Amino acid sequence: MDMDTAPNLNSGLHKYAVFTACSTFLLLIAGALVTSNDAGLSVPTWPLAWGSVTPPMVGGIVYEWSHRVIAASVGFLTIILAGWLFWAEKRGWMRWLGLAALGGVIAQGILGGLTVRMYQPPAVSAAHATLAQLFFSTVVAIAFFTSSWWLSNIPEMEDAGSPRVRSLTIWTFAAVFLQLILGAAFRHKGFGIIPHLIGAVIVTILVFMTAGALKRRYSNVQPLRKCARFLHMLIGVQLLLGAGAWWSRVYAARFPQPIAIMVTLTVVHTVTGALLLATTLMTTLVTYRMLRPGSVLADSSATSEQAA
Amino acid sequence: MKKSKLGIYSLAIGAFALAITGCGGKNETSEAPAPAASTAASKTLDPATAGEVTGSVKLDGAAPKMRTIIMAAEPACTKGHTGPVTSEEVVTGDGGALANVVVYVKSGLDGYSFPVPSTPVKIDQQGCQYHPHVAGVQVGQTIEVVNDDQTTHNIHPIPKENREWNESQPPGAAPIDKNFAREEVAIPVKCNVHPWMKAYMAVLSNPYYQVTQKDGKFNLKNLPPGTYTLVAWHELYGPSEQSVTVGPKETKAVTFTFKATAPAGD
Repeated sequence: MDMDTAPNLNSGLHKYAVFTACSTFLLLIAGALVTSNDAGLSVPTWPLAWGSVTPPMVGGIVYEWSHRVIAASVGFLTIILAGWLFWAEKRGWMRWLGLAALGGVIAQGILGGLTVRMYQPPAVSAAHATLAQLFFSTVVAIAFFTSSWWLSNIPEMEDAGSPRVRSLTIWTFAAVFLQLILGAAFRHKGFGIIPHLIGAVIVTILVFMTAGALKRRYSNVQPLRKCARFLHMLIGVQLLLGAGAWWSRVYAARFPQPIAIMVTLTVVHTVTGALLLATTLMTTLVTYRMLRPGSVLADSSATSEQAA
Repeated sequence: MKKSKLGIYSLAIGAFALAITGCGGKNETSEAPAPAASTAASKTLDPATAGEVTGSVKLDGAAPKMRTIIMAAEPACTKGHTGPVTSEEVVTGDGGALANVVVYVKSGLDGYSFPVPSTPVKIDQQGCQYHPHVAGVQVGQTIEVVNDDQTTHNIHPIPKENREWNESQPPGAAPIDKNFAREEVAIPVKCNVHPWMKAYMAVLSNPYYQVTQKDGKFNLKNLPPGTYTLVAWHELYGPSEQSVTVGPKETKAVTFTFKATAPAGD
């Protein structure tokens, strides 16, 4: 990026975007808790609870109402974020990204209302769960685009090797996103487990290919090496959590109510999926920021040296 | 271009309006029963020739151990209980007698029509459990749901053939009166506030049904002579059918036996 035309770092805006992303992550946990505790319809009215903002906080209402309150707070944070971007950002596309986040959070609220009013049809509930992940990724991207790293002058390198890392990251991001849809559909009883298992195999292969290519070709380039390390770590943890979540669901079926081990493992698996999506998105962005399309080089070490 | 934009805006506004007003719909208090297939030439029951089917439902094998419900987090739920409360999925009595089985006449009553009973079927929420756990009700008959607990419940039947509804009932609230328009065995009912609360409602098109108690016995009286398909339905073991022919003033004995299997996950 040319520093003469680059927008100035607005550390306040960046910190606020990070705060909004963290709040959204908290919202994802709250949403996952609602599903795992089977509490989605404990408050049959929407948006208020029987016309009140202070319902009796008992049983499933604790999860459902907390989710709505945190969601409303994130909605409010997003309005400010979009407004701040619109007012302070020099980059036109960033202003649009802020508006996209705002549109996303509004659509998410409507889907949340629909899922309550329509008694959780699998398609609507799965769409609600999927849009949550997309919205989280959007806010993470905004935080990243306003960071000092993104706005600094970073030397570009050639995307050498085959397949190209830029393509690999895009494919991996798309696969993780599709896998999250399949996971949401399974969780909300739209599909069986098989599509999600097939998705897990595809995602694992793509994540290992991407992280492996980054590690081999750019071992001296710290940001890319970091991305590879995070991808390896998250996919390993996520696979273990997925197996654990499945076992816990089968084990919990014999109990008359959701049990702690099942709730914990399924919630952590769900939100780790969101972290994996955000990480693949960040990896894609870092890759596109640092690597320019280039000729295929047979000697990968040459690239490492070039980067160093 | 302007037209397509207008279309998108209309869709968005429409979706928002649906969300606000609720396209799933706030349920009416009652649902009109589905019209009978044929109302002409209705047969009448002759009490002088009526017979009955009597019998019992048994479980073959050891009944699975029911898990304890953990409701300690809510004192309003534990209040009415003196000891641990277990799931009611499989309840047995002496000699393997199986409770909570709906025994009903599935077919053989063509041409007869039956009035809807005016007495409501009461479902009581007490100690954060439904009483009874399994209830039989006729199509169109009122179901009266009451809350005797000092905590809020929501009553959420999940039918396949009837209209779904979900309503809250705080402590001391008036009873909720509902009915179902179509035959369905059986509709699961749950409370999303207290996820262990589960019940089943069997909606029948005739009055020949009974839900077994701990002695496993049933008695279907005043049956006109004829050949019937009798069904025994249990929430874990599913339906079991038998054919039975009842002559004038005859009493037929029928026994249903379910093979004991463990609940899912065991």
